[in-house]
Amino acid sequence: MTALASGPAGPSAGEPEALVTAVIDDVAVRVPVNTLIIRAAELLGTWIPRFCDHPLLDPVAACRQCLVQIDGMPKPQPACAIGLTDGMVVRTQATSAVAAEAQAGVMEFLLINHPLDCPVCDKGGECPLQNQAMSSGRPTSRFTEPKRTFPKPLALSSQVLLDRERCVSCARCTRFSDQIAGDPFIDLLERGSAQQVGIGDGVPFDSYFSGNTIQICPVGALTSTSYRFRSRPFDLVSTPTVCEHCAAGCALRTDLRRGQVMRRLAWEDPAVNEEWNCDKGRFAFTYISHERITEPLIRDREGVLQRASWSEAIAHAARLLAPALEHGRSAVLTGGRLTWEDACAYGRFARTVLGTDDVDFRNRPASAAEAEFLRSHVAAAPLGPTYDEICEAPLVMVVATDLEDECPILLLRLRAAVRRGSTQVAEISPVATGAQRKLSATRVNATAGQEGAVLAALNAFPAGTVIILGERAATVPGLFEAVGARIAAGARVAWLPRRAGERGALAAGLLPGLLPGGRPLLDPAARAEVGRAWGVDPSLLPTAPGRDAAGITEAAAAGELDALIVAGVDTRDAPDPHALRAALAGAGVLISLEQRHTEVTAQADVVLPVAAVTEKAGTFLDFEGRARPFPAADRQSGALTDARVLALLADEIGRPMGAQTVAAVRAEQVGLGRWQAGSATRSAPPPRAGRPAAVTGAQDAGRLRLATWHTLLDAGVLQRPEPGLAGTQRPAVVRLAAATATRLNLTAGSPCTVRTEHGAITLPLVITEMDEATVWLPTNSPGSAVRTALRAAHGDEVTVEAGHAPVVSS
Amino acid sequence: MSITSGLTPVITRDWATPDLFTLAGYQRTGGYSALRTALASDPASIITLVKDSGLRGRGGAGFPTGLKWSFVPQGGNTPRYLVVNADESEPGACKDIPLMLIDPHLLVEGVLIASHAIRAGHAFIYIRGEVPEAVRRVAGAVREARAAGLIGRNILGSGVDIEVTVHAGAGAYICGEETALLDSLEGYRGQPRLKPPFPAVAGLYAAPTVINNVETLANVPLIVANGVTWFRGFGTEQSPGFKLFAVSGHVTRPGIYEAPFGVTMRELLDYAGGMRRGSRLKFWIPGGCSVPMLTPDHLDVPLTYENLQAVGTMMGTGTPMLFDHTTSVVKAVARWLSFYEHESCGKCTPCREGTAWVADILHGFEQGRGERQQLTLLNDVCSQIAGRSFCALGDAAATPYPAAVHHFPAEFHAATETPVDVTFDPMLTTVFAAAGRR
Repeated sequence: MTALASGPAGPSAGEPEALVTAVIDDVAVRVPVNTLIIRAAELLGTWIPRFCDHPLLDPVAACRQCLVQIDGMPKPQPACAIGLTDGMVVRTQATSAVAAEAQAGVMEFLLINHPLDCPVCDKGGECPLQNQAMSSGRPTSRFTEPKRTFPKPLALSSQVLLDRERCVSCARCTRFSDQIAGDPFIDLLERGSAQQVGIGDGVPFDSYFSGNTIQICPVGALTSTSYRFRSRPFDLVSTPTVCEHCAAGCALRTDLRRGQVMRRLAWEDPAVNEEWNCDKGRFAFTYISHERITEPLIRDREGVLQRASWSEAIAHAARLLAPALEHGRSAVLTGGRLTWEDACAYGRFARTVLGTDDVDFRNRPASAAEAEFLRSHVAAAPLGPTYDEICEAPLVMVVATDLEDECPILLLRLRAAVRRGSTQVAEISPVATGAQRKLSATRVNATAGQEGAVLAALNAFPAGTVIILGERAATVPGLFEAVGARIAAGARVAWLPRRAGERGALAAGLLPGLLPGGRPLLDPAARAEVGRAWGVDPSLLPTAPGRDAAGITEAAAAGELDALIVAGVDTRDAPDPHALRAALAGAGVLISLEQRHTEVTAQADVVLPVAAVTEKAGTFLDFEGRARPFPAADRQSGALTDARVLALLADEIGRPMGAQTVAAVRAEQVGLGRWQAGSATRSAPPPRAGRPAAVTGAQDAGRLRLATWHTLLDAGVLQRPEPGLAGTQRPAVVRLAAATATRLNLTAGSPCTVRTEHGAITLPLVITEMDEATVWLPTNSPGSAVRTALRAAHGDEVTVEAGHAPVVSS
Repeated sequence: MSITSGLTPVITRDWATPDLFTLAGYQRTGGYSALRTALASDPASIITLVKDSGLRGRGGAGFPTGLKWSFVPQGGNTPRYLVVNADESEPGACKDIPLMLIDPHLLVEGVLIASHAIRAGHAFIYIRGEVPEAVRRVAGAVREARAAGLIGRNILGSGVDIEVTVHAGAGAYICGEETALLDSLEGYRGQPRLKPPFPAVAGLYAAPTVINNVETLANVPLIVANGVTWFRGFGTEQSPGFKLFAVSGHVTRPGIYEAPFGVTMRELLDYAGGMRRGSRLKFWIPGGCSVPMLTPDHLDVPLTYENLQAVGTMMGTGTPMLFDHTTSVVKAVARWLSFYEHESCGKCTPCREGTAWVADILHGFEQGRGERQQLTLLNDVCSQIAGRSFCALGDAAATPYPAAVHHFPAEFHAATETPVDVTFDPMLTTVFAAAGRR
């Protein structure tokens, strides 16, 4: 039984753990002391029936379904709550009539008031109560009294519904919300047989993690508005997949019926998401089948997009690209959502077909300092720091990210670690947040944009500290230097991009001056390796580092680019959406690879439809650098991956790059591997014009620094259409410190306007514990499109004043 | 030779003193002298004293008090608490509330001595909220004692600091379960906690905590004042001391009769003037409705923990209820089950579902709609609750029916055809109806 020693509840590595010998059903087991009986029995292959037990929740022993006999104890005991001690002799239902009778008795009690609506219940067919009723229940009911009923369903939120008569009061949902999510919005109310789960008056279950309660409900009491009555579990085709929304890399299960995604569940991966995911990952999938482009489109002489065959469209695109190929004046812009394989294909297409190094995946505020940091510290880095390593770090310093909004599963993992005392968290932030509360984190105050200076000024960190560095670090002056100093002093850094494809794009070399595996473009050995892998003469690869996204945007707008290939880019994500629109208009030829109509396809000369994440296999690299490969959930769609489309185009152009199937790209990249030479830093291209350094203006009344990030649920295009999910969005507000509001004569709840020279956003004011020289806005929430309206990023200077309109959309 | 019969007014010695509830009245009877003795002694020696006395908890379970105190880890600067369970709510139990009304300072003195013994700096008295008079009396006593320097910092110059807080519960039987009481006291919904950790290790606010019953603590000053030998001079080896037997039901003079353990129900019934005129005893319950009922055949069983256990019942709260021949045992059991159904907290399945089911079936019997095979079903359901529930409330709920059907099977059989109100005129069983007939 030595295999048991590495159970998930085991002590931290290197600590010898005390083993005990106990006997379960006459079989001796040797397990770590206090291993729960129910877990040890599982290892013997004995399934003790249970409802309230969940390996990731604290034991409650409420349902009493797992009663077993323990020698020396007069009453049967709950196997889910009692740890094995040396010499303990346990009998489960397999060898004890007492245990079997106790379990049968509890099962009878659970069933007497449970409705017989299995045929219409969402859980029917995958229901622990149904299954265990078959194994431990009576064939007929002895209950002749009227069953308990409740008005149904009760909406706990816009996406979670509760049918109280089905509930078995196991308290899994309430314990999850309290212990794991830190959102105790639901609790058990009333007592005795009237006990029920409920919410407070006017306080709905608006947790980012509420969907997990539906999944762990052992009966059909909790259902989602999106899946309720939509399907039967035995009609679903299930595929293990990976979430495409953020860089957490959550394992998911995608369930399809007749080619349509019906629902997604959190799937198990103890190293990553354990068994949880966020509501965005669970419910935001309807975009996949919403307003898709299914055929290639070509702009005709009248400027109207017309449907075309693939061969026609590819030939047309190749013709349009000819001048660009001749002069090498072309560029590739991708968003952060590509799979690693697709990103590899774009990188290769740019360098070997277009002959350009003008590539960037950062359709967001970025900087040369960030690119330099990514090239030197992230692109060629091996796996880690991993979730487990972060959770064991003596100190986790969170900088320039809000974990709840930008990587919710890392928040849950860290919260669990903080609860068991294996780490502690501090955050440099202008705003006191729910994430900090859930992590019992110390907030080190920093005016927005000053996080770098604050980090630099802190005392030395304990050895083994991990710094979590978020996306908006890119616009914080001096932050990467401060981080570099901390790395030199022994700290490890986890770069936490917001999007699932960013780490993969970086590894694929979708950054100027960077080749796959973190190889510096300027290094001849690196060029040689890449040339061999791609089957091209290394001398044909671009020799000088190209433009970054800002440079590409500027050049295209100035008419300096003959061709622009754009993939998965939402103009509203750009640091300055207006500038990107000008670039799209100014490019000689615009080729768009897209899933649905966007501002890019509206301007494109050729639109090539590509597969959505469910329609293709691929790999996301999560923020740890962990490869998260997934198969196609929908194998029938026939949609082509970006890589396949690029391969067709390359063939047509006459610079073939092979089939670019997922298998081919993986083989090519595995052969290539990571860049092993230690001289990555010398690859750095000369920094291009990045963001201007912070202005050190006087503190006029109303001149404040803007703190902004994307809330998890916002106006993002991949969250539509899903009204249930949208209903749990946090309302868009302006946040100010109390002193600032007083100084500016603003009152809580009144409209407050945040202004730049480009525009204004007016939202209700919420007084928040935060830095007094900072104002906070959500980046892309209804009524708060910061980049479009203000053309401002985190750390920029803005003006705050009383708003006159109620709430205006920008 | 121990005294095991006769009335022994010890706790109740001065209950006739009209102002006993005041500090002056209490001190006139020698009150708070035991506290002075205790404060002058080493806490460990008080624990030893109480251990040696053999004092057992008077709340129902009869756990040795000194042993309970000795479980609290000593040393270190962690806070420790004493919590008084004054949430007397068991049907039939009526001893703690009279004690608090008449002699609140005896409780306060016991609280202070016990707190000193376990080195608790803060004691909480959790009183059943439906009895505001008791809350006021105890709060008044605490106020007086504090003003007199008996509570607070440096009590009587001893250097010992003890704070006492009086808390009124909100009316839930489950909050008499000690861990549910702790949850309630902390401001949460009262539901029993998973053990371990036991309260002695992590109780109130996760600190080591002792929870004692009111009557238990009332014994403590007497033991400190009079010693172990004196205390053990009453009762038996395993049940030393004396007990407030609160006799209720169809007796001539219901009331609290203080007697040594070992006294018989027959003796107590004599003190209570026998059954009310013209009636004869049908069944009785030694200690609240949570213990199995007995019959007239058991009147000579000595009321001790060990003797009652030997006849298949328990001491419980030691508050006998006696029922005469006008009582329908079916109706009585159905009433009790309604109580348990109403008071079940809902946390665990057997109690939540089982009590409601048993109550439903019994109401069918009460109305003459019972079915023969349901008698077996009731036994099954009770055995599926007993020993399977989270706390003792479920065990208690499973107690009345099996004993009742064991002693009175014919009555249940009759209730399959005739409503019990037809067989037993409900008017005859009431106190006022019987009085009217006289």
